[in-house]
Amino acid sequence: VMERLKLVLQYFQSNSESISNGICIILALVSVKLYTSFDFNCPCLPQYNKLYSLGVMTVPPIILFFLGVLVNRHTGVMMDEWMRPTGNRSKNPAVVKYLFSAMIQRALLAPMVWILVTLLDGKIFICAFSVSVDPALFQGLDVIKIMAKVPCREDVIFKNSSFRKAVSRYVRCHSQAVGWSILLFLIVLGAMGRLIKPCFDDHATFLQTRYWSNYLDVEQKLFDETCVLHARDFARKCVVQFFEDMREDTVLYLPHPPFISNFREDWEEEEEERLHGITKQQQVDKLLNKWYYSKPELDVTRISHRPKTCVTWEDREGNTLYSDV
Amino acid sequence: MDKFRMMFQFLQSNQESFMNGICGIMALASAQMYSAFEFNCPCMPEYNYTYGIGLLIIPPIWFFLLGFVLNNNVSVLAEEWRRPTGRRTKDPTILRYMFCSITQRSLIAPAVWVSVTLMDGKSFLCAFSINLDIDRFGNTSLVKGMSEMERIKLLARIPCKELFEHQEIRAAASRYIKCISQACGWMFLLMMTFTAFLIRAIRPCFTQAAFLKTKYWSHYIDIERKMFDETCKEHAKSFAKVCIHQYFENISGEMRSFHYRRSSRDGSDDDSEDKKSDEEKLLGIRAQDDMNKVLWNWHTCKPALALRKDE
Repeated sequence: VMERLKLVLQYFQSNSESISNGICIILALVSVKLYTSFDFNCPCLPQYNKLYSLGVMTVPPIILFFLGVLVNRHTGVMMDEWMRPTGNRSKNPAVVKYLFSAMIQRALLAPMVWILVTLLDGKIFICAFSVSVDPALFQGLDVIKIMAKVPCREDVIFKNSSFRKAVSRYVRCHSQAVGWSILLFLIVLGAMGRLIKPCFDDHATFLQTRYWSNYLDVEQKLFDETCVLHARDFARKCVVQFFEDMREDTVLYLPHPPFISNFREDWEEEEEERLHGITKQQQVDKLLNKWYYSKPELDVTRISHRPKTCVTWEDREGNTLYSDV
Repeated sequence: MDKFRMMFQFLQSNQESFMNGICGIMALASAQMYSAFEFNCPCMPEYNYTYGIGLLIIPPIWFFLLGFVLNNNVSVLAEEWRRPTGRRTKDPTILRYMFCSITQRSLIAPAVWVSVTLMDGKSFLCAFSINLDIDRFGNTSLVKGMSEMERIKLLARIPCKELFEHQEIRAAASRYIKCISQACGWMFLLMMTFTAFLIRAIRPCFTQAAFLKTKYWSHYIDIERKMFDETCKEHAKSFAKVCIHQYFENISGEMRSFHYRRSSRDGSDDDSEDKKSDEEKLLGIRAQDDMNKVLWNWHTCKPALALRKDE
């Protein structure tokens, strides 16, 4: 299962449009799951029925809409392009409009899914409108308070539950009709949009707008990547520079003659490089102390012009044998 | 796992098989949606027929239009129809072919919904229970003495299990109507399959050569559009990369004269091979102020979309 998920993820990451579409669909599925797991709890009191239903029908879609806007990458790109000063690059309002409409369309999917699932299920309509049903349509008692209790099965007033079921069916029927009408309206809008858009829009301008909005997205991502890589190199050089600053001229006491001391293995050379000249315990302690109390400034210009340390070999009596830079 | 990958790749390999995949998914979605949808007959004489037949007709229309909305070829078709002629002549047969193929694919999900609804029978039961002749199903004492209105109301309640008291009559009536409904469903399926067969079998009798040409050019248009989009995306990436590099170098170039007095005379002969590439990676930005300027100017003064040619 993990492999399949990885494959699907790879496919979606191939371009940023796919990512946005994928996130959009995930939000829609989340909204359906949220509805099925939500414990709908009609108050069954005349004053509060309508309020509760209105709340359940509008508050989650608003939350899902804002979530959709937040999660979309294009929101940041669009705001950036809209708010930036003109500078050297002229601003193209068509690009901002394109990004805005793409973002809004994607963000509207999950709320619409919630509203439609709500309507097709019908519980909310029953809760809200059972008081408004004309009881004369059904044989039975006709008190408003009793009508308000229709959504609640367990109430003791409904000894004869067939009345309650009949009213539920009636209201749910209306709710489903409203749901399907909205679905039909939306899909007709979508189909008309697809078919008619090329007749009105200038397709050539559209191609340009689409290219430049994709460009903005790619540019932002590449800029972030370049900054991250640059930061890494900068940090490495800064740290190396700091180590090398702590180097000192050293004095070594060695009995053997210079021609032997010049012989080194390749791996030893590398190791020497990595030590950056810090070879004694007190140097290390001083270095670590300084790293905390006095961090170096952020300037690595000097690293290409670093001063060289000097190594001197002396024999036991203190006579200088050899000096090397 | 490999099979899954191969299938995925195959589906993506060309637009036709991708569209076939989407078509199959929509058919499954329509069957799933039917089973998830809670059928809720109102059991009232005024609304039964509307509800039953409405549920047979409106969702198929919805799925048909959804097929148009989801199908990318619709935009291709519309663009090809509206484009100015320019240097490339327009061929109306291609447009007709594309339109036919889009329509054929969009008809599958509605057909699935209608078949499933008819086979299930609930929709017919809801719509036509009023027209039943109840004398056939049991003792006629049930409706003796009832006015017309009351009889109709009683019949309208047949689809609802909990609202109709006489369970045997209800069972008999619902079996009867479901039977008719299933017969209609099978006839519908037979008719659709036969029509599809006729279209497929008879077409080669007419204009096969022209048909091959049309199929080729409509594929070509589709693939050309996809390649153009991909090339634009690749170009945007390269454009952005060079633009950013030149931007960094521009800013470091401004600062270079400022730092010049701080640098010693020559530092270039110490650099070993890898240090040179490290230096290059820094793109000339080596100090905090420079980097701050880079980031500040990125928002306040974005570089122009005009790349210098590198010498």
